[in-house]
Amino acid sequence: MTSSGQFSSSSARRLFAAELESQLNAILFASPSHRSAAGIAAELEALPRSQQEKLLAWAATAAQTDAEIGHLMVTLAPLAFARFDAAGFDAWALAGLDAYDHDGAEAAKVLLGDLESFGTRFDGGKSFVRFADIEPRLSRFLQGLSGRPLSLGISSKTGAWTDSETIFLPPQLEGFADTAAGKEKYQVLAVMLWAQTFFGTFGSANIDLAAALQPWTETPEQQRAVDWLAALEAVRLEARISLDLPGLGRRIAAVRGQWPTSLENWVQRLERPAATLADSLAALTECMSGNLAAPQLPHAVLLDPAAALKIRAARMERDQVVLKRAINALKGSSGRSGQRDPNMVPLAAVGAEAAPGALDESAILPPEAQAAALSLQQDLGELPPEFQVPAGTGAWRPTRQDATGECSTSSNEPDRRYDEWDYRRKAYRRGWCHLFEADVPAGAAGYVEDVRQRYAALIRQLRRRFELLRGEDRLLGRQPEGDEIDVDAMVDALADRRSGAEPSTRVFRRRIRNQRSLAAMFMVDMSGSTKGWVNDAEREALVMLCESLESLGDAYAIYGFSGWTRTRCDIYRVKRFDERYDQDVCARIAGIEAKDYTRMGVAIRHLTQLLLHQPARHRLLVTLSDGRPDDYGDEYRGHYGVEDTRRALQEAREQGVRSYCITIDRHGADYLGHMYGAARYTVLDDVKKLPLKITDIYRRLAS
Amino acid sequence: MKDSIHTLAPQLQRIDSEPYYQSIADEVTLFEAAAARCLPVLLKGPTGCGKTRFVEHMAWRLKRPLVTVACHDDLTTADLVGRYLIVGNETVWVDGPLTAAVRAGAICYLDELVEARKDTIVVIHPLADARRVLAVDKRGEMVAAPASFMLVVSYNPGYQSVLKEIKPSTRQRFVALDFDYPEAAVEAGIVAREGGVDTEMAKRLVKLGELTRNLKGAGLDEGASTRLLIHAAQLIAAGIAPAAACTAAVARALCDDADMTDTLDDLVRAVF
Ligand SMILES: Nc1ncnc2c1ncn2[C@@H]1O[C@H](COP(=O)(O)OP(=O)(O)O)[C@@H](O)[C@H]1O
Ligand SMILES: [Mg+2]
Repeated sequence: MTSSGQFSSSSARRLFAAELESQLNAILFASPSHRSAAGIAAELEALPRSQQEKLLAWAATAAQTDAEIGHLMVTLAPLAFARFDAAGFDAWALAGLDAYDHDGAEAAKVLLGDLESFGTRFDGGKSFVRFADIEPRLSRFLQGLSGRPLSLGISSKTGAWTDSETIFLPPQLEGFADTAAGKEKYQVLAVMLWAQTFFGTFGSANIDLAAALQPWTETPEQQRAVDWLAALEAVRLEARISLDLPGLGRRIAAVRGQWPTSLENWVQRLERPAATLADSLAALTECMSGNLAAPQLPHAVLLDPAAALKIRAARMERDQVVLKRAINALKGSSGRSGQRDPNMVPLAAVGAEAAPGALDESAILPPEAQAAALSLQQDLGELPPEFQVPAGTGAWRPTRQDATGECSTSSNEPDRRYDEWDYRRKAYRRGWCHLFEADVPAGAAGYVEDVRQRYAALIRQLRRRFELLRGEDRLLGRQPEGDEIDVDAMVDALADRRSGAEPSTRVFRRRIRNQRSLAAMFMVDMSGSTKGWVNDAEREALVMLCESLESLGDAYAIYGFSGWTRTRCDIYRVKRFDERYDQDVCARIAGIEAKDYTRMGVAIRHLTQLLLHQPARHRLLVTLSDGRPDDYGDEYRGHYGVEDTRRALQEAREQGVRSYCITIDRHGADYLGHMYGAARYTVLDDVKKLPLKITDIYRRLAS
Repeated sequence: MKDSIHTLAPQLQRIDSEPYYQSIADEVTLFEAAAARCLPVLLKGPTGCGKTRFVEHMAWRLKRPLVTVACHDDLTTADLVGRYLIVGNETVWVDGPLTAAVRAGAICYLDELVEARKDTIVVIHPLADARRVLAVDKRGEMVAAPASFMLVVSYNPGYQSVLKEIKPSTRQRFVALDFDYPEAAVEAGIVAREGGVDTEMAKRLVKLGELTRNLKGAGLDEGASTRLLIHAAQLIAAGIAPAAACTAAVARALCDDADMTDTLDDLVRAVF
């Protein structure tokens, strides 16, 4: 009998103490403790094989993090197996490791040691669902329903509600038979709130909700009125939803159960397809004339007319707020120096020698006040004198005159200057952005190798896929048609004919020319907001990308961008077109880190120029960012930055560069469609998907 | 031998009975005017929105034969124009579909033109401007197009590949007609008729189509086309439960991404 036969025939038997001991010693070898595994091994001998295996697996996992924790798990295992079933044991071990990651070794020991309190929580755990579990899927679902992104947030009130821009849901829901029921409830709540915003609960051009609620506003009856309206609207909205989405309607009805008797009178009236908020308001008046309390519905959501109406008003006032902030900034800086809004401190200064403003033409105001002043004066219809040159022919060039030449040292001289689009004047600001190019400083040496190893299988797969895309010059023989005679085939054909056989007609050769002539530029967000997850994902994504593109052979380059005001727009070289994917490039990928702000337009313009120098027939710019364009000071944030970015993408397109923009934004954003106008784009709600997604996108773009 | 040559010869399709086409705007009139003035036409729009059906309908209306070529990236000039074949002891010329269409004064429909190789697209240029000739280089022949010859190409602007964009020098020869999915009620009419379901069911399918189109750019490259909705309708008409039919014909057909598939399932469940 072979040894492998022996092993498999006895694989269900329990492990003996000696076997357990040697395995445990191997697993816990690095442990600083000098406790012997012998004692525990003896205890574990009595466990069934499946439990022994489970324990060994968890102990090995734990020991990779901390041998002490592994040891503790092994010690507690007999108790834990007595207390939990298999799933419970997994949950307990996992919770221990989670606690270690979040709060350290002590927390992990406490959690693992207190079997009983974990047990109580675990038993109840089956029936609760957390907001985080349902958010991504729910958010995509709502996007599907409404066609625009609706933000989801955690409610700080006791109940779900919406302010008409964000849907606020409870942090968790509990008391269900299973998690599916909990998720269902979340979905129903979210849908009811979506319906409030979608089917006019907060009024319309014809119905003023605030006025309709006036009779009860600031009276003791106010809450009762709002609650009644919420209940009446629940009837109307459910019917309205069922009209288009019967499946959803049925599920809402299932969660809702029987209508309470106090609502029954209204159901028929409010379920009519033509019913509007006006009908609910009419019903409200009747309900309020009685003194019944509003019914409690199982899927009740709160109605907060005040908050919703306020948000709406806020939207209308937004421009004025911007204006006021600009005035404050102007006052603050022309008064005492050194007084800055603490929120406006840059995330990290890019080298002290490059203080913003030092390069500035007018160098009188700090940059944020300058931006504010410009914004303000332009809103008022007056331009500062230095900009009163008509834009268009490049007549205006930034000069050193005002700064009396003291700043024109070579180290501060930008590598390039770029125009920026000012949507308010519908013209460019000439040479407005000062661009500096530098290498990313080398990062950890082993980083790329680590990633390669972690994703080895995936990388192999990607390489194979990309190899398939590679179009080589091929010379096809024995073709029915072609540019030249295939002599071999011709000889065969003649021979066949001589011998009386039917000659082949495939006697040509044809050359298939390589169609790939593509240069791709990847522009990577290095702004402060990418710190953490996004930065990690970006770097991993770049490794995947390089590995894939190397097997494809397309020309590609990678540049990071960040900056701090228009006088310090930084572009960081990670890989130039003419550079190989070598140690230096790997070190620079590792060194990519979160810096300052996101002035996107100038980065797009500069990288477009670099792309245009490539001899390829097709040029592709892929941008990667994690939200709105933004820069220090008020100006670039908001509409201005969106418009400038949009313009820069248009310019790229006009010069024959195709752009594809990837935005990592969990909450989606409605400005994207406009901003990316000339470009194609996608929004990723989960940054972890980036490494896979980016190669996927490239494959689609380039096949 | 002779037989194999004939199977290679292009099919001139004669359309005798009216293909059902629901006109959406003024595309029929525009196409007729373009045909009368010998102008080539570019049909722009997402996949499965009725471009092919429209051309078939117009061929019937104008009583002209139709030649359809589905373009792909190995399509060579010779595939369009024609080639010499060696048959026994001699070489025989065989017209390609484009040449055949020109000689017959047919409508030649090049479906998804951008899929064709760049050097192939160039041969249509002299046909698509005032010259209206086709150069058959191998035979040293210039074939002049009769007045009834009409060139029609289609193009899906939602297509993502940068390698497959229609060059301005090509596109600026065409009268462009924009196609898109029709408004809900009209689309429901089409789905009901083509899919063999009642209006109520067709409306629901179209609703599902709208919901998926809302996800375009937010995880999906394109929403469900009219064609996909018709497929779902046909499955339903064959007795499959609506939700199952939509899952198979719409949700699974649109993407492979697991998260997105969940969302599409949610939407299917919302509608049915
Ligand atoms: N306006 C329309 N009238 C009639 N049928 C249509 C119409 N639009 C779409 N269809 C249906 O949709 C199907 C797909 O359309 P098709 O013409 O093949 O799309 P395209 O060529 O745009 O990819 C057709 O077979 C037809 O059944
Ligand atoms: Mg088609």
